[in-house]
Amino acid sequence: MKAAALLLAGSMALAACASDETDTGSGDGGGGSASGDELMVGLAYDTGGRGDKSFNDSAYAGVEAAIEELGGEVQELSPNDDGSDRAELLTQLAEQGYDPVIGVGFAYGEIIGDIAAEYPETTFAVVDSSVEEMGAENLTGLLFAEEEGSFLAGAAAALKSETDHIGFVGGVENPLIQKFEAGYVAGAKAVNPDIVIDTQYISPAGDFSGFGDPARGKIVAQGMFDAGADIVYHAAGGSGQGVFEAAAASGGRAIGVDSDQYETVGDPALQAVIMTSMLKRVDNAVESFISDYSEGAVEGGQDIVNDLSTDGVGLSTSGGQIDDIQTQIDEFRQQIIDGEIEVPAIP
Amino acid sequence: MTALRRLGLSLMAPAIALVVALALSAAVIALIGQNPATAVRVMFDFGDSPDQQTQAIVVVLNRAVPLFLAGLAVSVAFRMGLFNIGVEGQYRIATVLAAGAGAAVALPGPLHLLFIVVVAMAVGAFWAGIVAVLKVTRGVSEVISSIMLNFIALGLASYLLTGPLRGSPEGASIITTTPIPESGWFPGLNGVLTGLGLAEPRSELYGFLVVAVLVGIAVAVLIKRTRFGFDLRATGMSASAATASGVDARGMVLKAMLISGAIAGLIGMPDLLGDARSYNTEFTAGLGFLGIAVALLGRNSPLGIAFGALLFAFLDRAAIPLQFADIPASVVTIIQGTIVLAVVVANEVARRVTRRQAEGGSAVAPPTSGDGSTGDGQGPGDGPPPDVGPTTGTGTGVGVRNATGEPGRTDSRQGAGA
Repeated sequence: MKAAALLLAGSMALAACASDETDTGSGDGGGGSASGDELMVGLAYDTGGRGDKSFNDSAYAGVEAAIEELGGEVQELSPNDDGSDRAELLTQLAEQGYDPVIGVGFAYGEIIGDIAAEYPETTFAVVDSSVEEMGAENLTGLLFAEEEGSFLAGAAAALKSETDHIGFVGGVENPLIQKFEAGYVAGAKAVNPDIVIDTQYISPAGDFSGFGDPARGKIVAQGMFDAGADIVYHAAGGSGQGVFEAAAASGGRAIGVDSDQYETVGDPALQAVIMTSMLKRVDNAVESFISDYSEGAVEGGQDIVNDLSTDGVGLSTSGGQIDDIQTQIDEFRQQIIDGEIEVPAIP
Repeated sequence: MTALRRLGLSLMAPAIALVVALALSAAVIALIGQNPATAVRVMFDFGDSPDQQTQAIVVVLNRAVPLFLAGLAVSVAFRMGLFNIGVEGQYRIATVLAAGAGAAVALPGPLHLLFIVVVAMAVGAFWAGIVAVLKVTRGVSEVISSIMLNFIALGLASYLLTGPLRGSPEGASIITTTPIPESGWFPGLNGVLTGLGLAEPRSELYGFLVVAVLVGIAVAVLIKRTRFGFDLRATGMSASAATASGVDARGMVLKAMLISGAIAGLIGMPDLLGDARSYNTEFTAGLGFLGIAVALLGRNSPLGIAFGALLFAFLDRAAIPLQFADIPASVVTIIQGTIVLAVVVANEVARRVTRRQAEGGSAVAPPTSGDGSTGDGQGPGDGPPPDVGPTTGTGTGVGVRNATGEPGRTDSRQGAGA
């Protein structure tokens, strides 16, 4: 074992030397802003990475759209399973000359401020995290008014419910998902103050299993349908699949989240139960940030809030199940935009 | 001679396992249409400038420290034939309470640190102690109870974080405990690095590295050089034989679990005291489970575990440059999995070869018969995890060899060490 350890140490040292020699190859990496003609976008994902059919994929779609229009390339990085190397992802991207560098997910909010300060020549953005108090001029927060979109989802659920009993399934009980709950409850109560609303989270704060556990999503939603709810809204990432299955099994309906899940769910039996989805247009936000960057129009040091007024959040209409209540939904939407209704972000 | 050959064999097994695992991984990389040689070159690419290289080393070491402690915690119980899957819950609950306690008191520097560490160890030991008490008084399998206690620990940690120990303002997207004041920060080791003539890395090398090394040495001495360690190994090999020779098997279960839990309590400390300063919803999870793999890889010897932790940490860091080379990071997970699997298989093969040689004549100790490997659980309990096979052996000290098989543990080293 001792020999093996020595061997490892030796090979590490060798490797360090070896990469010294190849120095000429990768050139100006550490030099900071090699802001040439080519757009080089660095994209660091939330745990789960590409292929989650939701949040990360949506961010990628935004980058893709921007590159299609402006040219350039993207380097994607996923963190390790426990997300402990997030800071490394961002610094490596910045060091290799990628600019802008975008962190997808509020988990980057904790560390991106320090890294932005270390690489003042690089432009950073973080999705779902506020940066206003960090005071970094080269950092932008891309925020969403999830509570506003969820308000409309709650209103739609209350308008369509026949039992005056609806449900909400959250993935993880953290402040971000609580915004969804707060808006949903407020929207439902705005339509019917006496409505019964079951709310439940799959896992407690700090345990992220609730975003990827369809089996538990199904059990939780099934409980709500059995108790008399007929429409359940989920903000539970991959666990939402289980919510749809429970709705299909008990003849109820469900509301999807983030992307238009009517289009992405795949299975026609599940498609039929998806009444609408609360859209969170991460793709639009990322795309417009990149095009702002290419025009040199990023102000930095501030948050860009994507809400109903900018169509950053909203309700999908595919499937046509909420066509009959569209006028009421539009009224609520207008009232929120005009500030006549203030939607709470904390339940 | 036999000692030499045994030593050779014990080193051969992991070496062959590594080669097999790397060959399998190379095949996988080739299958997904990438060049394995490029992958290897990329994994060893520590960056261009001196400060990037030291940074890479710091990243590997900082990752290895908690992995090492986790492996150590698992291995102490393994030695007893106990499978402590509860390390995960033990360190999570220990870290949140230590963070809360550390923020709540004001003490001068070293005392403050000591206080936080002692709280963490005590909580970890307490949580593991529940498992031990259930086992010796009620015969509850430690595998079942420690898994279940993981769920309770996670829920409790979450309640404490979001409730009584919450330090972050309402509405902040990451919930944290109140940060520990500066007197409770563990100094980093970057001064040592620059003193050695290396470039200043971007991140601070965890000072807890020193504590981890000391704990590793302490465990090695405890297991190999004390009466207690002898009793522990003897009970691990055969509870009935140990009891017959006057060892209190129940007491040993309790002590082994308490030590295992106390070490588990340290897992979160490098990050808590060296970098994060508070426990939060993003605090690194899953280290307890990785510790099981690391302990298997290191064959429960502290030195082996250090090697396993470094290897895992190295592979973990390699995931980033691999992605820059357009090779998916999951390749790393595949390599880690195949290495553990190959080591477990190789250990078993090596054990059988040693046994055959022993039976062939040059045995030091006469091969002892199996100790009736069913029903050898400690106290009224059920047996430890599945037996790896019949038992005979060449152990020098104890007449009985590792009958109660922890998965993948063989111990030709046992003799070599004595």
